[in-house]
Amino acid sequence: MDVGYFIELLINGGLTGLMYSLTALGIVLIYKSSGVPNLAQGAMVMISAYLVWMFANMLGLPIFIAIALAVVAMFAFGLLAERLLLRKMVGQPIIMIVMLTLGLEIFLRGLGPGLLGAAPKSFDIGIDIMPIIYGDIFIHRTYLIGAIVAAVMIGLALLFFRTRLGTKLRAVSDDHVASWSVGISVERAIGISWGLAGMSAVAAGVMWGSEQGVDWTLSMLLFPAIAVVILGGLDSIHGVLVAGLIVGILGSVIPGYVDPIVGGGTRDVVTSLIILLTIIFRPHGIFGREDIERI
Amino acid sequence: MFYRLSGVHHTRYATARAIWPVPADRRMVYILLALAVAAPLYLPDLYLSSYLLPWLVWGTAALSLSLLMGIAGQLHFGFAAVMAIGAYTSIHLARAGVPFELALIGAGVMAAVIGSIFGAAALRVKGLYLVMATLAMQYLVDWTIINVPAISGGAQATLNTPQVSFLFVPLRDDAALYYGALLWAVIVILLVLNIKRTSFGRALVAIRDKDFAAAVIGVNPFKYKLLAFFTSSFLGGVSGAVLAFCYYQAVTPEQFGFNVSIQLVAMVLVGGLGSVIGAFLGAGFVLLVPIILTNAVAWMAALGWLNVSSNLLAHIPLMAYGGLIIGFILFEPLGLAKIYDNIRKYFLVWPFRHTQS
Repeated sequence: MDVGYFIELLINGGLTGLMYSLTALGIVLIYKSSGVPNLAQGAMVMISAYLVWMFANMLGLPIFIAIALAVVAMFAFGLLAERLLLRKMVGQPIIMIVMLTLGLEIFLRGLGPGLLGAAPKSFDIGIDIMPIIYGDIFIHRTYLIGAIVAAVMIGLALLFFRTRLGTKLRAVSDDHVASWSVGISVERAIGISWGLAGMSAVAAGVMWGSEQGVDWTLSMLLFPAIAVVILGGLDSIHGVLVAGLIVGILGSVIPGYVDPIVGGGTRDVVTSLIILLTIIFRPHGIFGREDIERI
Repeated sequence: MFYRLSGVHHTRYATARAIWPVPADRRMVYILLALAVAAPLYLPDLYLSSYLLPWLVWGTAALSLSLLMGIAGQLHFGFAAVMAIGAYTSIHLARAGVPFELALIGAGVMAAVIGSIFGAAALRVKGLYLVMATLAMQYLVDWTIINVPAISGGAQATLNTPQVSFLFVPLRDDAALYYGALLWAVIVILLVLNIKRTSFGRALVAIRDKDFAAAVIGVNPFKYKLLAFFTSSFLGGVSGAVLAFCYYQAVTPEQFGFNVSIQLVAMVLVGGLGSVIGAFLGAGFVLLVPIILTNAVAWMAALGWLNVSSNLLAHIPLMAYGGLIIGFILFEPLGLAKIYDNIRKYFLVWPFRHTQS
């Protein structure tokens, strides 16, 4: 067995996994505060990549201003989504909420490419495409920077939950009614969590968009992100980090050896198996909190 | 008006237990059945084979899913995979020379067994986790079908259905194919209607409403959840086989992708969870509205009222479809079946506004 090949798969897998965590972070942020599983996160990543491309190429703004504008726009989008869609769903069964976010995902998947063109687009955020070569190991520069961004974002999220506003969000995630009774505006807290998820979607959209181009396939990131979230625990932020590494590494190392034998596409199988095995053996994930149900 | 009842008042248990307790409903069903049976006589072949036939088959598939999602309350986002298992099993059995009747049953059993294995794996969890587990099933089944040449016939392959006959009637011309689909639809409709009024159906409803509470009153949740998965997957598998033989007449893995699963869930939700008529209304709605909307926009663009690019036009179905799901969930969570029910209730008590009960 070639050790260099293995280490390359390991490192690039880990870095990709951290970039998955970037997408997964949004799902956790929303779930943590409102108990809503946001299946539209993939499309939100896609839309934010489209926005960055639109601001940068159609308005001709410098890329970092475009990114900042996209952050503002996605925060507003998150607030709007809460105000117009999620607020009406309080107390509805979970299937309705899941389907609502899925409907949003499908709608956005049509809206982005429909308005801005389906052909793949690209924007440049100034990352060298030459890989970093260390011995005989090639490390993808975008993945490395994406992983750093992901780690920083997760760290910021962890710190954020220690601030005053973050404490409010944690209270809301514990119990909506109890939060109301001590004067926390639950609606605003949920809106803010959607806004934050929109912001993390911009980070994911910029990194993935510069890596593989902007088109509808960006929304396919939803599937590995779900695996990360399920494995790490739906309400755990550091779970996202650890599970991202695991999903990325398994999703890179196993296909690296199995793909040549069976002919490709093993990555989705590994992701599916991670989801399935987690649900069978530890449904609440590695770090998640187990729900206790009453009649 | 046409119900002439001013409310439903049962005086005997037998009338309360009937499938269609209201005579007007029963007569309407007979008229609909007569219209459906006579359809090949008055409908052009195009409408018969490319609108009515797929609507019947998709409606039946949606009804099978509705049994699981609406009546038993178990979410399933991989139902297209179940149908794929049925379609591929039936096609391989038919090619191996097994009579078509047995091939259909084999398709159902195969789909039911695999469906319940995944169901059993997911029985510890519910709600969101069940969605994810069935989603994983969809990907696993898709991958297996595509990557095992013995099933799919090689990468990018299309398997044509062999010439078969059902109960000595060769399924060759449009009318025969249509009657095949109609027969299956009628069987499933009767089955689900009857499940809803038996102890099995009531046990499923108890599980849907709260499984712990159902366990307390003596309904075994594990057994009934598994039975629900088994029954629904059986029906779904046969529906997949019927879809392959009567409509597509060929199978490729893309016909049963993730999008199709979502489409089925959308049919069930738009139609109304657990409703028989809703499954068919929802299937018609989800199949037709994107087509109609695209044509309408294209027509308006041709008249010069709107200025849309062909690119936007190509994405209208997707947007319509997401918009439909969002709209129905926000404004009519019980779906088209509820709208139908409201109208029916209005006429049921006509000329009064309300009944006492």
